[in-house]
Amino acid sequence: MIRGVIIINDQGKPRLIKFYEFQPPDKQQELVRSIYRVLCSRAENVSNFVKADSLFGPDVRLVYKTFATLYFVFIFDKSENELAMIDLMQVFVETLNKCFREVCELDIVFNFYKVHMILDEIILGGQVLETSSEEVANAVDAISRLEKNANSMIPSIPGWQR
Amino acid sequence: MNPFSSGTRMRDMIRAIRACKTAAEERAVVRKECAAIRAAISENDQDYSHRNLAKLMFIHMLGYPTHFGQMECLKLIATAGFPEKRIGYLGLMLLLDERQEVLMLVTNSIKQDLNHTNQYIVGLALCALGNLGSAEMARDLAPDVERLLQFRDPNIRKKAALCTIRIIKKVPDLAENFIKPAAVLLKEKHHGVLITGVQLCTDLCRVSDEALEYFKKKSIDGLVKLLRDLTNSPYAPEYDISGITDPFLHVRLLKLLRVLGEGDADASDSMNDLLAQVATKTESNKNAGNAILYECVAAIMSIEDNGGLRVLAVNILGRFLSSRDNNIRYVALNMLMKAMALDSQAVQRHRATILECVKDPDASIRKRALELVYLLVNENNVKQLTKDLVDYLEVSDPEFKGDLSAKICSIVEKFSPEKIWYIDQMLKVLSEAGNYVKDDVWHALIVVITNAPNLHGYTVRSLYKAVQTTTEQETLLRVAVWCVGEYADLLISNAGMLDIEDPITVTEADAVNVVETAIGRDSSDLTTRAMCLIALLKLSSRFPSLSKRINDIIHRHKRSLVLELQQRAIEFNSIIGKHEKIRSALVERMPVLDEATFSGRRAGSVPNAVSTSQGAPPKIPNGVVKPAPPPLVDLLDLSSDDVPTSVSVGGDFLHDLLGVDMSPAPSQGTNQTKKSGTDMLLDLLSIGDPPALSNSAALDILSTSQDSQSAGDLSGKSPTPLLSVKASTSAGSSSMMDLLDGFGATPSVPVAVTDAPTYPSIVAFESSSLKVTFNFTKDPSSQHTTLIEAQFTNKSPNIYSNFVFQAAVPKFLQLHLDPASSNTLPASGDGSITQTLRISNSQHGKKSLVMRMRINYKVNNKDVLEEGQINTFPRGL
Repeated sequence: MIRGVIIINDQGKPRLIKFYEFQPPDKQQELVRSIYRVLCSRAENVSNFVKADSLFGPDVRLVYKTFATLYFVFIFDKSENELAMIDLMQVFVETLNKCFREVCELDIVFNFYKVHMILDEIILGGQVLETSSEEVANAVDAISRLEKNANSMIPSIPGWQR
Repeated sequence: MNPFSSGTRMRDMIRAIRACKTAAEERAVVRKECAAIRAAISENDQDYSHRNLAKLMFIHMLGYPTHFGQMECLKLIATAGFPEKRIGYLGLMLLLDERQEVLMLVTNSIKQDLNHTNQYIVGLALCALGNLGSAEMARDLAPDVERLLQFRDPNIRKKAALCTIRIIKKVPDLAENFIKPAAVLLKEKHHGVLITGVQLCTDLCRVSDEALEYFKKKSIDGLVKLLRDLTNSPYAPEYDISGITDPFLHVRLLKLLRVLGEGDADASDSMNDLLAQVATKTESNKNAGNAILYECVAAIMSIEDNGGLRVLAVNILGRFLSSRDNNIRYVALNMLMKAMALDSQAVQRHRATILECVKDPDASIRKRALELVYLLVNENNVKQLTKDLVDYLEVSDPEFKGDLSAKICSIVEKFSPEKIWYIDQMLKVLSEAGNYVKDDVWHALIVVITNAPNLHGYTVRSLYKAVQTTTEQETLLRVAVWCVGEYADLLISNAGMLDIEDPITVTEADAVNVVETAIGRDSSDLTTRAMCLIALLKLSSRFPSLSKRINDIIHRHKRSLVLELQQRAIEFNSIIGKHEKIRSALVERMPVLDEATFSGRRAGSVPNAVSTSQGAPPKIPNGVVKPAPPPLVDLLDLSSDDVPTSVSVGGDFLHDLLGVDMSPAPSQGTNQTKKSGTDMLLDLLSIGDPPALSNSAALDILSTSQDSQSAGDLSGKSPTPLLSVKASTSAGSSSMMDLLDGFGATPSVPVAVTDAPTYPSIVAFESSSLKVTFNFTKDPSSQHTTLIEAQFTNKSPNIYSNFVFQAAVPKFLQLHLDPASSNTLPASGDGSITQTLRISNSQHGKKSLVMRMRINYKVNNKDVLEEGQINTFPRGL
């Protein structure tokens, strides 16, 4: 099971926090800080896996990748295939790229709810839901269109749709 | 109404927060926003509630409290509009959790949305349920989710499948309802549904045996065909990851097959061919391909044994090790670690590659590889592997030397074929990485050295040569200083030359130089300097001609600012200056250190109970109170007064190491008191007259009070040296109760034990009044168990009544006492009491028996307590 997905920038600021097991807000912040400390002290030419037993319990690992100014972190337990997690992260980032056209940190900051929407189409309840970034992008489009056309009294949040 | 009247826009708030220079500024901005949102909530402002909630989610991500927004989520979910519902559900997942009562209120809304006509709303509800559904919600909503597994839109079916996983994890009883619907999903053509369906089946098998049986019976063939088709399928761009077709589905299918094949030979049989096909056909030059291979290897390792496949699997891992991708090497090492348990021979074949990984630039890979190498070592390859590791130690990164040297030492200790090899390897490690090894490593080395009398000369000469070239390795220096102190004569005389050695010429002055250099080094720490002082004291006796020079060196430390060194210097100074007569006896060579005792201590199985249970330093009669010393410094405490001289020989290993050996007891006649103490602290403080110390019964309980002149002493004239005994009257007995709990006292005198295969009877305890013998028989059904027949004999002319024998053993032993034959012991050896003890030793073959005993009886209406420790059990019980 995937325990969580976190995006942190290189200053340690959280840009997305999603846990699939309940963590109290204070604990979330603490975990983000601990993970950031580990990541920023990693050398460059090392593997992308970090043991996270001390933070999350036995057999929990995290895989991370840096994209420009951001660390993407997946936290998962032993029932997941480590190498597949790297691929899944690739799917996530590709989808972000599709939805934001060359995603950058600011896109994620100002559209964090949309990032959540994308993530919810890829992972549900800690399990892989969809691995085709095409499919994910289509689902997100459909939802965005629905929001735009929704017969709502209130204007949609700017930046919501593409 | 002005749309901007109630607070700022989302974008502006984020900008404002980002513009903050300090945490305080940020807090202020957030506080203002939160206040506005609270106000909006209390005014029940509907227009902007979903914008407010979005803001709250951002604020929540930054770590500020947002609980006041929780009810807003529920309100938004209950509204009709899609955007509101969407943000409401998102808020629900981020701000709430399944433990909160609020969640109960949302169940109904979710139920309605699961039945909504708009499939996207159904999707939202499924997503929320799958992410935070509680057990109650799972029960309430399971029928709805079950129905949705057959929904027309595949996007809903796949979400329902994952939602089901949450439900069966929360309420495993519900699993049986989902077995058949899940099996249907395995026949799906839609990719997303298939992948989630396979996952659902895997999780069903984990929580329900019924499901496991069902899928084993009905689905294996279908799954095998599915995977075979997938493996052979042409390129499918939409699910391709860097050129590999749908690795995720591969991985999921392999995982399910693994679960089904585990412990089932037939099931395993039916997938063997396919696994072989996947293992050989999958491309391994891309991460995605390797993910499949890796999962395939995991499956092969888990299902029932098929020798050929396992070798194939291990070979794939071996190939992984040569990959340029760190991640692949990393996972391969993890998996090889598991493979060791299954087929260590197959792993051994990749030893060379694994050894290369120890030199990897990536620290986490190095660490894992080192652990794996550690597992690979056996009697046959220990020499080669150790050589490779020691060679690498020379060039490895400083931060890796600690781990590496620790593992080398551990390997060398575990598999050493002979002592000389052990000593050689340890000297190499200490010369390369002496500053990184832990204390127990060099302690162990010294124990081994003392136990190899034919190598004393060789060792001291090797060490002498080693410190001529390297002096910056602290622990090497310590061992060298210790050996020079002990075996200086062998260093000078070239005694005990081995064939492999070249003779060297070392003068007495050279030997002293080694120690003088060591003590004068700026970087030498307290331990090293303290050891140097002892070595000097010893040298002063070995080389009387250099006594003056040595005394000068010691003299320099009389003004040391470190109390410990100063005290040593002053005391040794006076030994050399004033106590010429006893000096040579004082500084005789150390007795052989008992290896078993030391390794027992190291393993932590013999807790140093007495010394640790001593909370505060006890008050002693002459009022000298010192803070608890570092363990190494409990040297003998020689008062510089002429008489009496009190010498302690403690049971502690370090104490033995540094303490001056008094076992020959050369000056028995005078007022000297030998005290076989067990408490380092006590020993340290034992300056002053012995009777005063004996008075503090609580402290002295375990020691032999051997003052033969005090006639009233119950312990009698000739206590056995193997046993720490003290008999005392009932007055003192209550204070001894708790001392039976642990085993701290190990006699300082090495235990002489025969290795005879039959177990001779022993005299377990003997005092002037009582004798206890133990006869041993082995329980034929269990070699861990020993039957002991204890026989108690009364040596005094008085009858003992109310005779009770009690015993205590450390944790690795289990003790059962049968009732005694009687509780009255006739006088003058005229009959005896027997009692059977049954001991089972969980560390049979590793540790010897050890026991502490206590005997209570009444003689002439007075309560008497005798107690002692029995260490003389034959080995191998």
